[in-house]
Amino acid sequence: MRTVALITALIGLVLTIVPSLFVFLGDVSWGDHAQLMFIGMILWFIFAPIGMKKKEKKGVGS
Amino acid sequence: MITERLDALYEFDREPVSKDNLHGIGKFIGMYAGEHVAGTEFVIGALFVARGVSAPDLFLGLLVGNILAVLSWAFLCAPIAVKTRLTLYWMLRKICGPYLTFIYNIVNALMFCFLAGAMISVAATAVGLPLNMPMPELQDMFPASITWIIVVFCVGFVVTSLAILGFEKFANFAKICSPWMFLVFVAAALAVLPKLGLTSFGDFWSVANEKIWTGIPVEGQSKFTFWHVMFFAWFCNMAMHIGMADLSILRYARKWTYGFTSAFGMFLGHYVAWICSGILCAAADVTVAPGPIAFMGAGIAGAVCVVIAGWTTANPTLYRAGLALQAASPNWKRWKVTAAAGLGTTIAACFPALVMRLLDFVALYGLILMPMGAIILADFWILPKLGLRRNFAEVTGSKINWSAGISWLVTLVVAFLLPLEIFFKGLPGFFIALVLYVILSSIEQRKKHKKILSEEF
Repeated sequence: MRTVALITALIGLVLTIVPSLFVFLGDVSWGDHAQLMFIGMILWFIFAPIGMKKKEKKGVGS
Repeated sequence: MITERLDALYEFDREPVSKDNLHGIGKFIGMYAGEHVAGTEFVIGALFVARGVSAPDLFLGLLVGNILAVLSWAFLCAPIAVKTRLTLYWMLRKICGPYLTFIYNIVNALMFCFLAGAMISVAATAVGLPLNMPMPELQDMFPASITWIIVVFCVGFVVTSLAILGFEKFANFAKICSPWMFLVFVAAALAVLPKLGLTSFGDFWSVANEKIWTGIPVEGQSKFTFWHVMFFAWFCNMAMHIGMADLSILRYARKWTYGFTSAFGMFLGHYVAWICSGILCAAADVTVAPGPIAFMGAGIAGAVCVVIAGWTTANPTLYRAGLALQAASPNWKRWKVTAAAGLGTTIAACFPALVMRLLDFVALYGLILMPMGAIILADFWILPKLGLRRNFAEVTGSKINWSAGISWLVTLVVAFLLPLEIFFKGLPGFFIALVLYVILSSIEQRKKHKKILSEEF
């Protein structure tokens, strides 16, 4: 389950960054890029907490 | 008693970190990379553009300044952290005594409140987007509209409520946000490059010089040179490295060389992210308000990123300020102190000057807290070589180390009197604090406490 969530979260990150490269190259419109980034954001915030969940040790900071 | 209450707050980390609690290098890479991609990055890169930095000055200044910052973490802060394994609070407690440590905590808390206020303003620029709220301009000192005040108060209420509820869960949420936020910075900047007339990477340098970092400041702004950029990049986290606040973090490092992991924070956050926010600012005709420029680059995701970036910075900052101020408010519970600090912070956030003068404020923040780092450095490395005692307040059981107190105060007075811009005062200030503390400690220890010295040596 964690692996699936992690892969889905990573797809979210890919959707965040890759479309902008195509906007720069002129292959994707700004509107599509903004929509894909939105979907990427949703995927990341739903699946990253599940994927990154592990038995917490005491944190670094104080 | 105030100092006893303050001690109780930090009781859980009073002892040096034990060997089995040390962390590997990965933790530090993740922590530094995450901590330095924050709400401030949206503003700082944009303000560089408004200050008329030229492209070569920016790229070279950031490179040199960030390298110096990393070296400061690695050679000044980390070695003391791994040798003592104590937090800044307990180091100061031993050296300066409880009274001076208390004053330091209050000053630090007030600085935290202003920083949190700036981040509430940052988040408000994004929250106000759907309301067609007039955005604060570069020269604005006072609130421009009632809508702005209402939005700031709404954001301030949410941030303060979360700070009252606790820090740990929110800190975990901030860790999750960091990689995504960094990519939003990069993606937004990439997406607006065609607006600046850039369609191939080969033309980047000419567009950077002609349309982004043109070397011409906005009217009313003083011009930034290579030296401004370099010193700003070096000293914007002065309180953390030279000021030794990161003793509390690096005390968990297995080796002092983990101080070099700060490079991940510096070069992702203070290099790439600042460059990205500069590009966004230029593409928006030198608009500095983070909400609109992020929306222009990344749509709703950009606006959400600004809210989260401001929020994740303001929340722990306000929480820490509440903790520190709690000790100074007799019989007040933490939630009441945090609520009061949140109200003050939110009122401050209504004034756009807090964001528009963020470069000056960040420099001031580092400058005010830096002398204590110089005092720790001198106390740890130099005093023993001169036959003087470390941790003099602890050794003598005194409530205040006057050498440290006078050094701090005189350093700040001299630094403010120096005919230099605020960005350049930190370096002479550091040496003034260092030399002054050694001289005053020598006088105090040799003359007033001869008896103690003769017993110890």
